[in-house]
Amino acid sequence: MAVHESTPVQQRIISVLVENRAGVLSHVVGLFSARGFNIDSLAVGETEDPSMSRITLVAKGDEKTLEQIKKQLNKLIEVIKVQDLCDEGFIDRELMLVKFRASPAVRSQIDTLVKEYHILIADENEKTLTIESTETRENTKKLFDIFKTMEILEVVQTGAVALSRKAPKD
Amino acid sequence: MPKMTGAQAVVEAFHQEKVTHVFGLPGGACLPLFDALYDARFKVVLVRHEQGAVHMAEGYARSTGRPGVAVVTSGPGATNTVTGIADAYIDSIPMVVICAQVKTYFIGSDAFQEADITGITRPITKHNYLVKDVRDLPRVLKEAFYLAQNGRPGPVLIDFPSDVSLAEIDFDYPKTVDIRGFKPTLQGHPGQIRKAAKLIQHSKRPVVYSGGGVVISNAADELRELVEKANLPCTNTLMGLGGLPGDHPLFLGMLGMHGTVYANKAVNDCDLLIAVGARFDDRVTGDLTKFAPHAKIVHIDIDPSAIAKNLKVDVPIVGDAKQILQELNKIISPADTAEWIKQIEVWRKESPLRFNDDDNSICPQFVIQRLSKLFGPEAIVVTDVGQHQMWAAQYYSVGGPNRFLTSGGLGTMGYGFPAAIGAQCAYPQKHVVCITGDGSFQMNIQEFSTAMVHKLPIKIALLNNGFLGMVRQWQEIFYRHRYSSSVMDGNPNFVALAKAYGAEGRRITSKPDVDAAIEWSKTIADRPCVLDFAVRAEENVFPMIPSGKSLEQLMDMA
Repeated sequence: MAVHESTPVQQRIISVLVENRAGVLSHVVGLFSARGFNIDSLAVGETEDPSMSRITLVAKGDEKTLEQIKKQLNKLIEVIKVQDLCDEGFIDRELMLVKFRASPAVRSQIDTLVKEYHILIADENEKTLTIESTETRENTKKLFDIFKTMEILEVVQTGAVALSRKAPKD
Repeated sequence: MPKMTGAQAVVEAFHQEKVTHVFGLPGGACLPLFDALYDARFKVVLVRHEQGAVHMAEGYARSTGRPGVAVVTSGPGATNTVTGIADAYIDSIPMVVICAQVKTYFIGSDAFQEADITGITRPITKHNYLVKDVRDLPRVLKEAFYLAQNGRPGPVLIDFPSDVSLAEIDFDYPKTVDIRGFKPTLQGHPGQIRKAAKLIQHSKRPVVYSGGGVVISNAADELRELVEKANLPCTNTLMGLGGLPGDHPLFLGMLGMHGTVYANKAVNDCDLLIAVGARFDDRVTGDLTKFAPHAKIVHIDIDPSAIAKNLKVDVPIVGDAKQILQELNKIISPADTAEWIKQIEVWRKESPLRFNDDDNSICPQFVIQRLSKLFGPEAIVVTDVGQHQMWAAQYYSVGGPNRFLTSGGLGTMGYGFPAAIGAQCAYPQKHVVCITGDGSFQMNIQEFSTAMVHKLPIKIALLNNGFLGMVRQWQEIFYRHRYSSSVMDGNPNFVALAKAYGAEGRRITSKPDVDAAIEWSKTIADRPCVLDFAVRAEENVFPMIPSGKSLEQLMDMA
């Protein structure tokens, strides 16, 4: 039987090296909507080589879908390299800014969390307290769950950026 | 380096790419480009609608294997090309489309005749460019032609603002391209090729399933060598017709929804399916769980994303079909398939393609048989979309590659006539037969003028049944004969219409007149000719496997 067996849906971090040109991002994002793939997050920025950008994509799908995502990305003319970071060791970070209504209770909760997580106070005034956290996706999720029990005013997250632990081939 | 405008640079690039025909229609934003085209050494074919231009470019490309070129204006000119671009994309047709655009400093201002054509065509082009700086133009043009025809071919669009077309550059056309994100694999992996050869040798019931990729990579000779050396029965997809000559003893006809019973039975029972340049499209496979259920699958394709997209594959081989088949042919030895071929021949005898023509009315299938007989294997056959297309695929014995031009993936009604114009432009001396229906033909009938101006002797075999025939067939079978909007009341007198353009035409209403009419059409050498066949109105295309079903649900002639 040649039909693909159904496989569990998993989340993958895919690192995509692309030409640093206008319109490239729209090709990448458009591919996902055109083929019905899901993106959980996407972060993009210039690399050490100014002619290239690196996109970190977090995508979900079963094995067949993830395989197609990687193949279809590779097919884009402006895509130089596609790496599934889950196939190798990687470091990932996500930045989150959270604005709270300022209160002694919030302040003391934050003071406790600072000991365990990479959290900084980004801004503080009479009415609000804004923290920034730079954490792995896993910890960001944990933190976010904790924050949801507090009085949040606004939140913004960057989505994950990630790099392979391996030394790149020359 | 010669100084020239952007518009002149485009024309110069066309010269260097050995373009022989450009299909297009001018407008405000592309006045500079058409001014430059006025001095071109190739033919500029003025169309009557931009959709015609892209289909002509497709017909040119499919018949020659070289990229077709279309040039249109901004806004509506550009959006009118969308259907043809989508058609070329899904059928892997090399094409370069240049759309003029409003001036760069107007982009985004909702200017007159502005449309974001790169945005619109992103999912239906292999690649597209918006040229904002004339200095990028030589590279972009070179890349566009390169991308259109290398790897898996496809349409490339260049959005070309009018101020860029007027800007001056020192034109230096690059000799080579270097696109680091585009390095298609051409050579197949030798280990995989050996595995395939081994599987073929040990198979008892192998079938080759070859598609448009064989035609595109010019691998028909290699395919023929493979099937003959190893004694492999071979079926073609719609896009693959001509990959093996229609009269080859190992040829099983087309497979899939309207494929032959014996091709479908062979695929159903085979123990090895060798897919070459085909993509397991739903019109071929039907119910995926029941497609080739006993087979191991070898899949040869240049596009890695085509492999294992729909089905799991045992031996994937990424690369160019021609090169891979050449390697495979070096190591292949005959498989023991005598019994298997005997079995298939039994099926072929039991359930041949057939139709009842026991009276003087004209069966559409009969017309195709006669066209095939009288125009022969050398003719270029171009179809539209619908019942006539399937009958053409079933009953026209296609002589070789690039001689059966059809809209396979997108199924674009209105493709046929302009595509035939493109093919006849490329091959003025060949018979180009456009097999169409009364529905499809009217979708681009305005191109009569274009064909007249260029004195193109296209034979238009119009299977006129007064219906959108395939829609009617499905309504008969699946919607209790409720012919909702499929009756073509209001059809014109096609012969009179042809004559109004200065073309020729004849209406044929009885079977004995069919041959004479076809022979008569051959005598017309300087203008198109319509053969308006009044065919049986409610004839159905059989065999038929309903959408998403399997061989078990196959319907055939009673």
